[in-house]
Amino acid sequence: MIGFDNVAHDFGSGALLSELTLELTAGSFHFLTGPSGAGKSTFLKLCYGELTPTSGTVSFLGRNIAGMNRDELALMRRDIGVVHQDCQFLDHLTLAENVALPLAVSGRRIDPGELAELLGWVGLSNQAQALPPTLSGGERQRGALARAVIMSPRILLADEPSGNLDHDLSMRLLTLLVELNRLGTTVMIATHDLALIRAAKTQVSARVMRIKDRRLHPAGADL
Amino acid sequence: MSRLSTVLARLLGDTEADKVVPRSGLALWLTVFTAAAMAFLSVLALAMSLATARLADRWSGAFEGRATILISAAPEAMGVQAQRVLDILAVTPGVASAHVVDQGEMRRLLAPWFGARTPIESLPVPQLIDVEETPAGFDAAGLALRLAAEVPDAHLDDHQRWRKPLVQAAARIRLVSVLSLILIGGATAAMLTLAALASLASHARVIAVLKLIGARDAYIARAFVRRFTLRSLIGAGLGTSAGMIALATLPGASAPGGLLTGLGFSGLQWLWPLAIPPLAAIIGFWVTRTAALHRLRRGE
Ligand SMILES: Nc1ncnc2c1ncn2[C@@H]1O[C@H](COP(=O)(O)OP(=O)(O)OP(=O)(O)O)[C@@H](O)[C@H]1O
Ligand SMILES: [Mg+2]
Repeated sequence: MIGFDNVAHDFGSGALLSELTLELTAGSFHFLTGPSGAGKSTFLKLCYGELTPTSGTVSFLGRNIAGMNRDELALMRRDIGVVHQDCQFLDHLTLAENVALPLAVSGRRIDPGELAELLGWVGLSNQAQALPPTLSGGERQRGALARAVIMSPRILLADEPSGNLDHDLSMRLLTLLVELNRLGTTVMIATHDLALIRAAKTQVSARVMRIKDRRLHPAGADL
Repeated sequence: MSRLSTVLARLLGDTEADKVVPRSGLALWLTVFTAAAMAFLSVLALAMSLATARLADRWSGAFEGRATILISAAPEAMGVQAQRVLDILAVTPGVASAHVVDQGEMRRLLAPWFGARTPIESLPVPQLIDVEETPAGFDAAGLALRLAAEVPDAHLDDHQRWRKPLVQAAARIRLVSVLSLILIGGATAAMLTLAALASLASHARVIAVLKLIGARDAYIARAFVRRFTLRSLIGAGLGTSAGMIALATLPGASAPGGLLTGLGFSGLQWLWPLAIPPLAAIIGFWVTRTAALHRLRRGE
């Protein structure tokens, strides 16, 4: 689905990532880990075209993302659900409106029943009319997950989805992600929550990658 | 009704897209105010342009194909001289007819200046001969020369002398008012562009989020286009109404006072300013759309 071919990226102050080659196959479940500042968020941004690699190519369904025009990029993003590390909500819209925004933006009809069901799935039925700034960190993150999946994307990218969640909630979130993966969604989670990774490995066959010394390595046996 | 709303939605962008970008009250009112002020000024410029056109028409049409010959001689010589002038006119090619303006007509002409009961017999007014030209017209210079030679007290006035500069002045004023209209349109476009760019810049984060979730440029642009089109339309509507009211309360165009009292619209001309609000809306639509798409493509 998403392919990295000898990708390197730097922000102008020395290489951050280099020699990345990887293929996210349809239906796979990946974890991406590594210390803070290693470049996990950067890797995800390369996946959905927010960043363009300094060298090498990132492709989506075989097409080089860097070669897409603006409309094609927009259409691709409707196929990739992203849970951003900082959620990226519009603060003047209610949670329900934020969650439904990808539908509105792509001109699709919003079914109130389905929206309510989705909010129930992430346990936010009572917060539907709340504005994002009034929500707790964990509530925001679950809202971001709901928004990421509302378009039934082929790929779900999640950046520290359990960052603000306690153990119980992150296990619940994991269950949701595993459920999505069973329905066919390709899942890629960037996290340094090792407990989350360990718990996931008991439920799905997940590949764990680690960014170390700018490169991508399969994680050690401890995971 | 539903077709109309579809067309409007097409034109103005859907309310959904509009809601996605928060509104800011002050910017909204500034745009409405600007559009209103510009519309008010265009009503005045338009009135100016139409009034001068009317005036030029009146001046150039009023004496078209006519000339006057004045004879200022001693009263007793008047009759003879007038007859000699008529004789000359009778053989001048291009003259359709000529007649001596009689006392009754004279009285009518002078009444506005001296009052209806003027004893013009006792006034030293010149004798007037009204000349009507054939469509081809006569050679004014030649006739003037001949009169100078044969009837030195007669003087040809073909009205060109005073009419031309007036008609020219009217044309100038008209040109200036049309230029003003163009400038007002340009200034409106420039100010709306600035407002749209400021709005785009202040909502950079909203735009970034919309792009992340797969919004096309056209969708994002629509959110801005709708509000600026509506604001220009509403503002221009207010300004145009105010301008028309201001003109309607000026002294009437029919009063004999030329340009000053003639500044306004007459009859169907009152329909002209109604084009201003839709034009303002078109400017708002086009300018915002261009600015938004341009900014988005540049990646801001
Ligand atoms: N837009 C940017 N411009 C310059 N430097 C950047 C930019 N974005 C990220 N960086 C730098 O790149 C490095 C990697 O950032 P990134 O966000 O990918 O790390 P991360 O692995 O996600 O860290 P964390 O676990 O804390 O989220 C950091 O040192 C960061 O300062
Ligand atoms: Mg990060």
